[in-house]
Amino acid sequence: MMPTRAAVAIVATALAVVLLFSFKTPAQSRPRTPAADVSQGATPSPSPSVSGASPSPSVASGFKDGTYTGQDVFTQFGDVQVKVTIAGGRITDVQPLQMPFEKQRSAEISQFAGPQLHDEVLQAQSAQIDTLSGATYTSDAYAQSVQAALDQAH
Amino acid sequence: MMTSTRRIKVEHVMGTVFSIDLRDPEVGDAVLDEAFTGLHQVDQRFSPFMAASEISRLGRGELTLDDCHPDVAAVLALCEDLRQATRGVFNAWGWRADGRLDPSGVVKGWAAERAAGVLDQAGASNFCINAGGDVIVRGEPEPGRSWRIGVRHPQEPLALAALLHARDLAVATSGAYERGDHISDARNREVSRELLSMTVAGPSLTLSDAYATAGFAMGESGIAWVAAQPGYAPYAVTREGRVRYSDGFATWLSAG
Repeated sequence: MMPTRAAVAIVATALAVVLLFSFKTPAQSRPRTPAADVSQGATPSPSPSVSGASPSPSVASGFKDGTYTGQDVFTQFGDVQVKVTIAGGRITDVQPLQMPFEKQRSAEISQFAGPQLHDEVLQAQSAQIDTLSGATYTSDAYAQSVQAALDQAH
Repeated sequence: MMTSTRRIKVEHVMGTVFSIDLRDPEVGDAVLDEAFTGLHQVDQRFSPFMAASEISRLGRGELTLDDCHPDVAAVLALCEDLRQATRGVFNAWGWRADGRLDPSGVVKGWAAERAAGVLDQAGASNFCINAGGDVIVRGEPEPGRSWRIGVRHPQEPLALAALLHARDLAVATSGAYERGDHISDARNREVSRELLSMTVAGPSLTLSDAYATAGFAMGESGIAWVAAQPGYAPYAVTREGRVRYSDGFATWLSAG
Protein backbone atom coordinates (compact mmCIF):
# COMPACT_ATOMS: atom_id res chain seq x y z
CA MET A 1 0.00 0.00 0.00
CA MET A 2 1.46 3.32 -1.03
CA PRO A 3 -1.26 5.96 -1.03
CA THR A 4 -0.95 9.16 -2.96
CA ARG A 5 -0.49 11.13 0.20
CA ALA A 6 2.68 9.18 0.74
CA ALA A 7 4.28 11.14 -2.03
CA VAL A 8 3.84 14.38 -0.15
CA ALA A 9 5.52 13.05 2.94
CA ILE A 10 8.26 11.47 0.93
CA VAL A 11 8.92 14.75 -0.80
CA ALA A 12 9.49 16.25 2.61
CA THR A 13 11.97 13.52 3.37
CA ALA A 14 13.48 13.79 -0.05
CA LEU A 15 13.84 17.52 0.32
CA ALA A 16 15.76 16.89 3.48
CA VAL A 17 17.92 14.36 1.73
CA VAL A 18 18.51 16.71 -1.18
CA LEU A 19 19.52 19.45 1.18
CA LEU A 20 22.03 17.07 2.68
CA PHE A 21 23.86 17.29 -0.60
CA SER A 22 25.00 20.68 0.64
CA PHE A 23 23.46 22.73 -2.09
CA LYS A 24 22.44 26.24 -1.31
CA THR A 25 19.12 26.50 0.42
CA PRO A 26 16.56 27.12 -2.30
CA ALA A 27 14.94 30.51 -2.14
CA GLN A 28 11.39 29.15 -2.05
CA SER A 29 11.92 26.74 0.80
CA ARG A 30 10.91 27.71 4.30
CA PRO A 31 14.04 28.76 6.10
CA ARG A 32 13.52 26.98 9.40
CA THR A 33 12.48 23.58 8.11
CA PRO A 34 15.47 21.87 6.55
CA ALA A 35 17.81 21.69 9.51
CA ALA A 36 15.11 20.30 11.75
CA ASP A 37 14.00 17.72 9.21
CA VAL A 38 17.37 16.11 9.01
CA SER A 39 18.23 16.22 12.67
CA GLN A 40 17.09 12.69 13.29
CA GLY A 41 20.23 10.69 12.83
CA ALA A 42 20.68 11.67 9.22
CA THR A 43 24.17 11.56 7.83
CA PRO A 44 25.24 14.04 5.18
CA SER A 45 26.07 12.57 1.83
CA PRO A 46 29.12 14.33 0.45
CA SER A 47 28.96 12.97 -3.08
CA PRO A 48 25.57 12.33 -4.60
CA SER A 49 25.59 10.19 -7.69
CA VAL A 50 24.34 12.18 -10.62
CA SER A 51 22.86 10.13 -13.41
CA GLY A 52 20.95 12.77 -15.34
CA ALA A 53 22.09 13.65 -18.81
CA SER A 54 24.24 16.78 -18.72
CA PRO A 55 22.65 18.47 -15.76
CA SER A 56 22.46 22.22 -16.09
CA PRO A 57 22.84 24.53 -13.15
CA SER A 58 19.77 26.35 -11.98
CA VAL A 59 20.78 29.54 -10.29
CA ALA A 60 17.30 30.49 -9.21
CA SER A 61 16.71 27.57 -6.86
CA GLY A 62 20.15 26.33 -6.09
CA PHE A 63 19.22 22.82 -7.26
CA LYS A 64 21.05 21.46 -10.28
CA ASP A 65 18.94 19.47 -12.69
CA GLY A 66 19.47 15.74 -12.71
CA THR A 67 18.61 12.59 -10.86
CA TYR A 68 20.05 12.06 -7.44
CA THR A 69 20.14 8.99 -5.30
CA GLY A 70 20.18 9.93 -1.69
CA GLN A 71 22.32 8.17 0.82
CA ASP A 72 20.60 5.55 2.89
CA VAL A 73 19.44 7.50 5.92
CA PHE A 74 18.66 5.76 9.15
CA THR A 75 15.61 7.15 10.89
CA GLN A 76 13.60 6.24 13.92
CA PHE A 77 11.33 4.26 11.65
CA GLY A 78 13.94 2.45 9.63
CA ASP A 79 16.14 3.10 6.65
CA VAL A 80 15.01 5.65 4.11
CA GLN A 81 16.49 6.07 0.68
CA VAL A 82 15.01 8.02 -2.22
CA LYS A 83 15.80 8.96 -5.78
CA VAL A 84 15.01 12.57 -6.60
CA THR A 85 14.62 14.09 -10.04
CA ILE A 86 15.27 17.80 -10.41
CA ALA A 87 14.15 19.60 -13.56
CA GLY A 88 14.16 23.34 -14.05
CA GLY A 89 15.56 23.70 -10.57
CA ARG A 90 12.57 22.07 -8.91
CA ILE A 91 11.87 18.61 -7.59
CA THR A 92 9.73 16.91 -10.20
CA ASP A 93 9.82 13.32 -9.03
CA VAL A 94 10.68 11.34 -5.97
CA GLN A 95 11.00 7.58 -6.05
CA PRO A 96 11.33 5.69 -2.80
CA LEU A 97 14.09 3.12 -3.08
CA GLN A 98 13.87 2.03 0.47
CA MET A 99 11.22 2.79 3.06
CA PRO A 100 10.84 1.39 6.53
CA PHE A 101 8.32 -1.30 7.40
CA GLU A 102 7.67 -2.20 3.79
CA LYS A 103 7.29 -5.82 4.65
CA GLN A 104 5.14 -5.22 7.69
CA ARG A 105 1.50 -4.43 8.18
CA SER A 106 2.46 -1.04 9.51
CA ALA A 107 3.39 0.33 6.11
CA GLU A 108 1.47 3.53 6.69
CA ILE A 109 3.83 4.70 9.39
CA SER A 110 6.62 5.24 6.92
CA GLN A 111 4.71 8.17 5.50
CA PHE A 112 5.12 10.76 8.19
CA ALA A 113 4.94 14.41 7.54
CA GLY A 114 7.32 16.41 9.64
CA PRO A 115 6.46 20.09 9.53
CA GLN A 116 7.51 22.45 12.23
CA LEU A 117 4.87 22.83 14.86
CA HIS A 118 4.86 26.54 14.19
CA ASP A 119 3.52 25.92 10.70
CA GLU A 120 0.51 24.09 12.08
CA VAL A 121 -0.43 26.53 14.76
CA LEU A 122 -3.82 28.11 14.56
CA GLN A 123 -5.15 30.52 17.04
CA ALA A 124 -8.00 28.84 18.87
CA GLN A 125 -10.10 31.96 18.84
CA SER A 126 -10.17 32.13 15.08
CA ALA A 127 -10.49 28.42 14.37
CA GLN A 128 -14.16 28.04 15.33
CA ILE A 129 -13.69 24.73 17.07
CA ASP A 130 -16.47 22.79 18.76
CA THR A 131 -14.31 21.07 21.34
CA LEU A 132 -10.70 20.82 22.48
CA SER A 133 -8.44 17.83 23.05
CA GLY A 134 -5.49 18.30 25.35
CA ALA A 135 -3.63 16.63 28.17
CA THR A 136 -5.98 16.13 31.09
CA TYR A 137 -6.59 19.39 32.79
CA THR A 138 -7.06 20.07 36.43
CA SER A 139 -10.10 22.07 37.41
CA ASP A 140 -8.00 25.22 37.65
CA ALA A 141 -6.54 24.72 34.21
CA TYR A 142 -9.97 23.98 32.82
CA ALA A 143 -11.27 27.28 34.12
CA GLN A 144 -8.68 29.05 31.98
CA SER A 145 -9.03 26.80 28.97
CA VAL A 146 -10.57 27.20 25.57
CA GLN A 147 -12.88 24.30 26.40
CA ALA A 148 -14.34 26.25 29.32
CA ALA A 149 -15.13 29.10 26.95
CA LEU A 150 -16.76 26.68 24.52
CA ASP A 151 -18.84 25.16 27.31
CA GLN A 152 -20.09 28.60 28.28
CA ALA A 153 -20.91 29.72 24.77
CA HIS A 154 -24.43 28.42 24.63
CA MET B 1 -24.66 32.30 16.48
CA MET B 2 -25.44 29.15 18.39
CA THR B 3 -28.42 27.06 17.51
CA SER B 4 -31.11 26.69 20.14
CA THR B 5 -30.68 22.90 20.18
CA ARG B 6 -27.33 23.04 21.92
CA ARG B 7 -27.39 21.87 25.51
CA ILE B 8 -24.26 21.54 27.58
CA LYS B 9 -23.81 20.08 31.03
CA VAL B 10 -20.48 20.46 32.82
CA GLU B 11 -19.41 18.75 36.04
CA HIS B 12 -16.26 17.93 37.97
CA VAL B 13 -15.59 14.20 37.89
CA MET B 14 -12.44 12.10 38.33
CA GLY B 15 -10.30 15.06 39.27
CA THR B 16 -11.09 16.90 36.07
CA VAL B 17 -13.99 18.41 34.18
CA PHE B 18 -16.41 16.54 31.94
CA SER B 19 -18.76 18.28 29.57
CA ILE B 20 -21.51 16.78 27.45
CA ASP B 21 -22.75 18.80 24.49
CA LEU B 22 -26.04 17.39 23.19
CA ARG B 23 -27.38 18.49 19.81
CA ASP B 24 -30.46 16.31 19.39
CA PRO B 25 -33.48 18.56 20.01
CA GLU B 26 -35.87 15.65 20.50
CA VAL B 27 -33.88 14.05 23.32
CA GLY B 28 -34.87 15.20 26.80
CA ASP B 29 -32.53 16.78 29.37
CA ALA B 30 -32.84 13.84 31.76
CA VAL B 31 -30.28 11.82 29.82
CA LEU B 32 -27.60 14.37 30.70
CA ASP B 33 -28.24 13.85 34.42
CA GLU B 34 -28.30 10.10 33.92
CA ALA B 35 -24.96 10.15 32.10
CA PHE B 36 -23.32 12.20 34.86
CA THR B 37 -24.77 9.98 37.58
CA GLY B 38 -23.05 7.06 35.86
CA LEU B 39 -19.75 8.95 35.68
CA HIS B 40 -19.82 9.70 39.41
CA GLN B 41 -20.54 6.05 40.15
CA VAL B 42 -17.54 4.98 38.10
CA ASP B 43 -15.39 7.53 39.95
CA GLN B 44 -16.47 6.23 43.35
CA ARG B 45 -15.77 2.67 42.30
CA PHE B 46 -12.43 3.19 40.56
CA SER B 47 -10.73 6.16 42.19
CA PRO B 48 -7.31 5.33 43.64
CA PHE B 49 -7.60 8.51 45.69
CA MET B 50 -10.73 7.48 47.58
CA ALA B 51 -9.82 5.10 50.37
CA ALA B 52 -13.26 3.49 50.26
CA SER B 53 -13.34 2.86 46.50
CA GLU B 54 -13.44 -0.74 45.38
CA ILE B 55 -10.14 -0.27 43.57
CA SER B 56 -8.46 1.00 46.74
CA ARG B 57 -9.89 -1.82 48.83
CA LEU B 58 -8.95 -4.36 46.18
CA GLY B 59 -5.42 -2.94 46.11
CA ARG B 60 -5.15 -3.30 49.89
CA GLY B 61 -6.40 -6.87 49.76
CA GLU B 62 -9.61 -6.09 51.61
CA LEU B 63 -11.74 -7.25 48.69
CA THR B 64 -11.31 -10.01 46.17
CA LEU B 65 -12.19 -9.43 42.53
CA ASP B 66 -15.31 -11.54 43.04
CA ASP B 67 -16.42 -9.16 45.78
CA CYS B 68 -16.28 -6.22 43.40
CA HIS B 69 -18.78 -4.96 40.84
CA PRO B 70 -18.37 -6.79 37.50
CA ASP B 71 -17.15 -3.52 35.94
CA VAL B 72 -13.98 -3.81 38.02
CA ALA B 73 -13.10 -7.15 36.48
CA ALA B 74 -13.92 -5.77 33.03
CA VAL B 75 -11.64 -2.75 33.47
CA LEU B 76 -8.81 -4.79 34.96
CA ALA B 77 -9.08 -7.22 32.04
CA LEU B 78 -8.68 -4.21 29.74
CA CYS B 79 -5.67 -3.11 31.77
CA GLU B 80 -4.12 -6.53 31.39
CA ASP B 81 -4.71 -6.51 27.62
CA LEU B 82 -3.01 -3.13 27.42
CA ARG B 83 -0.13 -4.19 29.64
CA GLN B 84 0.58 -6.96 27.15
CA ALA B 85 -0.03 -4.81 24.06
CA THR B 86 2.42 -2.19 25.35
CA ARG B 87 4.93 -4.76 26.56
CA GLY B 88 4.62 -3.45 30.08
CA VAL B 89 4.83 0.27 29.37
CA PHE B 90 1.24 0.60 30.53
CA ASN B 91 0.82 -1.21 33.80
CA ALA B 92 -2.05 -0.36 36.16
CA TRP B 93 -0.35 -2.38 38.86
CA GLY B 94 3.12 -0.94 38.68
CA TRP B 95 3.37 2.66 37.53
CA ARG B 96 2.69 4.57 40.71
CA ALA B 97 5.66 5.34 42.93
CA ASP B 98 3.57 4.39 45.96
CA GLY B 99 2.68 1.05 44.41
CA ARG B 100 -1.06 1.61 44.49
CA LEU B 101 -3.25 -0.12 41.93
CA ASP B 102 -4.26 2.67 39.56
CA PRO B 103 -6.21 1.94 36.38
CA SER B 104 -6.89 5.65 35.78
CA GLY B 105 -5.20 5.48 32.39
CA VAL B 106 -8.10 3.36 31.22
CA VAL B 107 -11.01 4.42 33.41
CA LYS B 108 -11.59 7.94 32.18
CA GLY B 109 -11.95 6.96 28.53
CA TRP B 110 -13.92 3.89 29.46
CA ALA B 111 -16.31 5.95 31.61
CA ALA B 112 -16.79 8.52 28.83
CA GLU B 113 -17.62 5.73 26.41
CA ARG B 114 -20.13 4.42 28.89
CA ALA B 115 -21.70 7.89 29.06
CA ALA B 116 -21.88 7.87 25.26
CA GLY B 117 -23.71 4.56 25.55
CA VAL B 118 -26.25 6.15 27.88
CA LEU B 119 -26.88 8.87 25.30
CA ASP B 120 -27.11 6.28 22.53
CA GLN B 121 -29.71 4.36 24.48
CA ALA B 122 -31.76 7.51 24.89
CA GLY B 123 -31.82 8.00 21.14
CA ALA B 124 -29.17 10.69 20.90
CA SER B 125 -26.97 10.53 17.83
CA ASN B 126 -25.40 14.00 17.69
CA PHE B 127 -23.27 14.86 20.68
CA CYS B 128 -19.80 15.55 21.99
CA ILE B 129 -18.37 14.36 25.28
CA ASN B 130 -15.23 16.06 26.56
CA ALA B 131 -13.59 14.16 29.40
CA GLY B 132 -10.91 16.50 30.68
CA GLY B 133 -9.45 16.96 27.23
CA ASP B 134 -10.31 13.56 25.80
CA VAL B 135 -13.12 13.71 23.28
CA ILE B 136 -15.88 11.60 21.79
CA VAL B 137 -17.88 13.07 18.90
CA ARG B 138 -20.92 11.48 17.30
CA GLY B 139 -22.95 12.59 14.32
CA GLU B 140 -22.91 16.30 13.54
CA PRO B 141 -22.98 19.48 15.61
CA GLU B 142 -25.45 20.91 13.14
CA PRO B 143 -26.91 19.44 9.96
CA GLY B 144 -24.40 19.19 7.15
CA ARG B 145 -21.11 19.69 8.91
CA SER B 146 -18.67 17.61 10.91
CA TRP B 147 -17.37 18.35 14.40
CA ARG B 148 -14.30 20.56 14.60
CA ILE B 149 -11.92 19.23 17.22
CA GLY B 150 -8.96 21.36 18.18
CA VAL B 151 -5.78 19.80 19.54
CA ARG B 152 -4.24 22.07 22.13
CA HIS B 153 -0.79 23.38 21.42
CA PRO B 154 1.50 21.85 24.07
CA GLN B 155 3.25 25.13 24.79
CA GLU B 156 0.61 27.77 24.15
CA PRO B 157 -2.67 27.24 26.03
CA LEU B 158 -4.71 29.40 23.69
CA ALA B 159 -3.32 28.04 20.44
CA LEU B 160 -4.05 24.87 18.53
CA ALA B 161 -1.51 22.44 17.18
CA ALA B 162 -4.07 20.85 14.88
CA LEU B 163 -7.69 20.92 13.82
CA LEU B 164 -9.60 17.71 13.09
CA HIS B 165 -12.89 17.28 11.29
CA ALA B 166 -14.87 14.16 12.14
CA ARG B 167 -18.37 12.79 12.55
CA ASP B 168 -17.67 9.74 14.69
CA LEU B 169 -14.35 9.69 16.43
CA ALA B 170 -12.57 9.47 19.76
CA VAL B 171 -9.54 11.71 20.32
CA ALA B 172 -7.24 11.62 23.35
CA THR B 173 -4.12 13.61 24.14
CA SER B 174 -1.35 12.92 26.61
CA GLY B 175 1.29 15.41 27.53
CA ALA B 176 3.41 16.61 30.38
CA TYR B 177 2.30 20.22 30.16
CA GLU B 178 -0.86 20.16 32.26
CA ARG B 179 -0.43 17.99 35.31
CA GLY B 180 3.33 18.02 35.28
CA ASP B 181 5.47 15.06 34.33
CA HIS B 182 2.93 12.51 35.45
CA ILE B 183 3.17 10.01 32.65
CA SER B 184 5.90 7.46 33.02
CA ASP B 185 6.94 4.19 31.55
CA ALA B 186 5.90 1.61 34.11
CA ARG B 187 8.87 -0.58 33.25
CA ASN B 188 11.37 1.79 34.79
CA ARG B 189 9.24 4.68 36.09
CA GLU B 190 11.29 7.10 34.07
CA VAL B 191 9.49 10.13 32.75
CA SER B 192 9.44 10.42 29.01
CA ARG B 193 10.97 13.63 27.71
CA GLU B 194 11.07 12.97 23.98
CA LEU B 195 7.55 14.14 23.22
CA LEU B 196 5.67 17.26 24.24
CA SER B 197 2.35 15.64 23.45
CA MET B 198 0.79 12.59 21.87
CA THR B 199 -2.70 12.70 20.41
CA VAL B 200 -4.40 9.51 19.28
CA ALA B 201 -7.60 9.26 17.25
CA GLY B 202 -9.67 6.17 16.59
CA PRO B 203 -13.01 4.49 17.20
CA SER B 204 -12.78 3.90 20.96
CA LEU B 205 -11.87 6.53 23.53
CA THR B 206 -10.75 3.85 25.97
CA LEU B 207 -8.09 2.73 23.52
CA SER B 208 -7.28 6.18 22.15
CA ASP B 209 -6.64 7.32 25.71
CA ALA B 210 -4.60 4.27 26.67
CA TYR B 211 -2.57 4.38 23.45
CA ALA B 212 -1.90 8.10 23.92
CA THR B 213 -0.69 7.48 27.46
CA ALA B 214 1.49 4.53 26.47
CA GLY B 215 2.72 6.13 23.25
CA PHE B 216 3.69 9.29 25.09
CA ALA B 217 5.59 7.29 27.68
CA MET B 218 7.45 5.42 24.92
CA GLY B 219 8.70 8.69 23.46
CA GLU B 220 9.46 8.95 19.75
CA SER B 221 9.23 5.21 19.25
CA GLY B 222 5.66 5.46 20.50
CA ILE B 223 4.62 7.25 17.30
CA ALA B 224 5.26 4.19 15.16
CA TRP B 225 3.83 1.97 17.85
CA VAL B 226 0.52 3.84 17.89
CA ALA B 227 0.37 3.89 14.09
CA ALA B 228 0.68 0.11 14.10
CA GLN B 229 -2.45 -0.28 16.22
CA PRO B 230 -5.27 -1.15 13.79
CA GLY B 231 -7.76 1.69 13.47
CA TYR B 232 -5.74 4.21 15.50
CA ALA B 233 -3.59 7.09 14.34
CA PRO B 234 -0.99 9.24 16.14
CA TYR B 235 -0.27 12.96 16.03
CA ALA B 236 2.80 13.77 18.07
CA VAL B 237 4.75 16.91 18.88
CA THR B 238 8.38 16.17 19.60
CA ARG B 239 10.53 18.00 22.10
CA GLU B 240 12.16 19.83 19.19
CA GLY B 241 8.75 21.11 18.18
CA ARG B 242 8.34 18.90 15.17
CA VAL B 243 4.99 17.37 14.30
CA ARG B 244 4.69 13.75 13.25
CA TYR B 245 1.50 12.06 12.26
CA SER B 246 0.38 9.07 10.26
CA ASP B 247 -1.57 8.95 7.02
CA GLY B 248 -4.59 7.82 8.99
CA PHE B 249 -4.50 10.99 11.04
CA ALA B 250 -4.08 13.17 7.97
CA THR B 251 -7.55 12.18 6.73
CA TRP B 252 -9.09 14.02 9.69
CA LEU B 253 -6.84 17.02 9.27
CA SER B 254 -7.90 17.59 5.70
CA ALA B 255 -11.57 16.54 5.72
CA GLY B 256 -14.05 19.35 5.42
